[in-house]
Amino acid sequence: MPLLWLRVATAFYGLGLLHAFIALTRRNETFSRIIMPVMGLGFVFHFVSLAEGYLEAGRLFPASIHNSESLLAFLLMAFVFGAFVRSRNNAFGIFIFPVVFLLTFSAAVGQKPPQFTSPLLRSGWIFIHVALIFTGYAALFFSFAASLLYLMQQRSLKSKQAGGLIARLPALETIDQIGYRSLLLGFPFMTFGLIAGAVIAQSTFGPAYFRDPKIVLSVLMWAVYVVLLYMRWSAGWRGRRAAYVSAFAFTTALVVWVANNFSAVHKFVER
Amino acid sequence: MKLRLIGVNHRTAPVEVRERFAIPESRLPDALQSLCKYPGISEGLILSTCNRVEFLAHPENGSEADLRGFIRQYFSVDPTDFEKYLYEYHDDDAVRHIFRVASSLDSMIVGEPQILGQMKDAYTAARSVGAVNSRLDALVTRAFAVAKRVRSETQIGTSAVSVASVAVELAKKIFGELSGKVVYLVGAGKMSELAARHLLAHGAEQIMVANRTYQKAQDMAEAFGGQAVLFEQLYDTVDKADIIISSTGAPHFIFRREHGEAFLHRRKNRPMFFIDIAVPRDIDPEMNKLDGIFVYDIDDLQQVASRHIDDRRREADRAEAIVTDEVHRFEERLKTLSVVPTIVSLQQHMEDIRQAEIERARGKLGPLTPDQEQALDAITRGIVNKVLHTPITTLKTAAKDPEAGTLIAVIRRMFNLRGSKEEN
Repeated sequence: MPLLWLRVATAFYGLGLLHAFIALTRRNETFSRIIMPVMGLGFVFHFVSLAEGYLEAGRLFPASIHNSESLLAFLLMAFVFGAFVRSRNNAFGIFIFPVVFLLTFSAAVGQKPPQFTSPLLRSGWIFIHVALIFTGYAALFFSFAASLLYLMQQRSLKSKQAGGLIARLPALETIDQIGYRSLLLGFPFMTFGLIAGAVIAQSTFGPAYFRDPKIVLSVLMWAVYVVLLYMRWSAGWRGRRAAYVSAFAFTTALVVWVANNFSAVHKFVER
Repeated sequence: MKLRLIGVNHRTAPVEVRERFAIPESRLPDALQSLCKYPGISEGLILSTCNRVEFLAHPENGSEADLRGFIRQYFSVDPTDFEKYLYEYHDDDAVRHIFRVASSLDSMIVGEPQILGQMKDAYTAARSVGAVNSRLDALVTRAFAVAKRVRSETQIGTSAVSVASVAVELAKKIFGELSGKVVYLVGAGKMSELAARHLLAHGAEQIMVANRTYQKAQDMAEAFGGQAVLFEQLYDTVDKADIIISSTGAPHFIFRREHGEAFLHRRKNRPMFFIDIAVPRDIDPEMNKLDGIFVYDIDDLQQVASRHIDDRRREADRAEAIVTDEVHRFEERLKTLSVVPTIVSLQQHMEDIRQAEIERARGKLGPLTPDQEQALDAITRGIVNKVLHTPITTLKTAAKDPEAGTLIAVIRRMFNLRGSKEEN
């Protein structure tokens, strides 16, 4: 059943993908008006899917790579809705909806994925570690999307050719505020998530865990995150420079994600 | 619908002519009453604004509403002297005209919404003296609904078309809310005053003024409840402002790129919006290349405004299509309504015959049992309904065709129907 609900949600998110394409090419008021309710429906089905999945599994940790994709997509959607409530504007979806669709699509069509079998995952601590870090990822990606929107809006204001899609973007300062808040919000999640991971690893593997490539990269990503926050806070970095740094932070996050394959500590699948 | 409309507007008549016909608000009730009392007119409406004066009348049955006659009498002028300024619309064309005016398609600046409010005032005034009744009421309320539809289905009124309102729109694109924002006037001119007024009206918090003549700066600051700054302190204070309107008579740039860099540094990169309405320009366009500074000169603002006007023209085409559709619908609804009285009197007529025949039958048959009474009633009712079925459905379907009037007349004659004749 959870898979069925996830597929329903994916179908709705597919409309979000379509919305992103249409919004980038031409203006269509009707579609833009109905997209948030449609995505809201998808979000509800998504929630049902996640809830049922965890009830069935009888434990909280995402049981496979597909479960984690679904969880991440869910968190991203939560950020979009947060921004929508704040700015009454769905422009953030232009960058987020396609990613959400890809994540849920991959999770929904996959055959039976390799289950995470490591006994380590029985612990509730791991779930806390994963949930915190995922929220941090979602916040980071969201503020990256916000800085892309900021660049689009800034370019259009400078070119003095306002119109089309640009006419519907939120105000420059609103985009900046939302991006900054999402960054601020994500930081404690990321930090505590890493700390929780470190505590678990310390108790399971001993000090050797720190040389693991995934751990090293994670710490690097965290450092970039701190730099990003600091520059925004102290020098008011926004626009181009902020976009570059958050693009860098986001790329690091992707690499960290991929690094699962080379990590002993995060090897949950028996091969 | 039988209608007459006569008027002058900004396109057909110069202001000297328009003011000749204008009716101030205080005299409106009196004028409306004279209009309704004029022979042949049953209902009337007068719309008098600075851009147009229009008289709308619904004629009494069988007569023509002679609005030219009314104008001759009320204004004591000869309408033929003004022939080239007057326009006149009849029936469907008048309906279309009213819909277009309400939707602001006939306005000087297409899409400006004031006209709808003015029309609502005219309607309220006419209602309060009883000049508007069911006929015009249906028309005018429909016109308001059409205006609403045009506004929601097209983008005709969404963008700013004057330099000052474009400045406000751009400021909102940059800062979102203007509340708490500081506006800095460099040089105290008419144009910058207007822009500042607009920004204040949209929530800007504070005004600062710098001028080479300090006295002038003080006067203007006082007018806005703002703060005057010595011109020597200009570069030390401008970074406090979010929106800077520059209009000095300086022959060279006052703000150059390096100034912008310094401002941004002191402001921790919070964005700034420079509006340059001076000619020659006060602000080096190079500054626009800095991240976080937006420079618009007078030409830029005017270009945005005229582009918006073009947008409105495009949207106006879509609005015209909506109006055409609505005129058609309105006429159709009126026609459907026009057959209703005939159907009712036809049914009444047959019912009368039926009752009379039952009475006569009773006289012949003597007292009947309740069962027999019921049977008699059912039989006669059945016959009447079967006979009437075809004429009624034919009337209903014919209502939308132009031949409806003939058909109504034929049926009325054939069945010898009296009572209220259908109007329209």
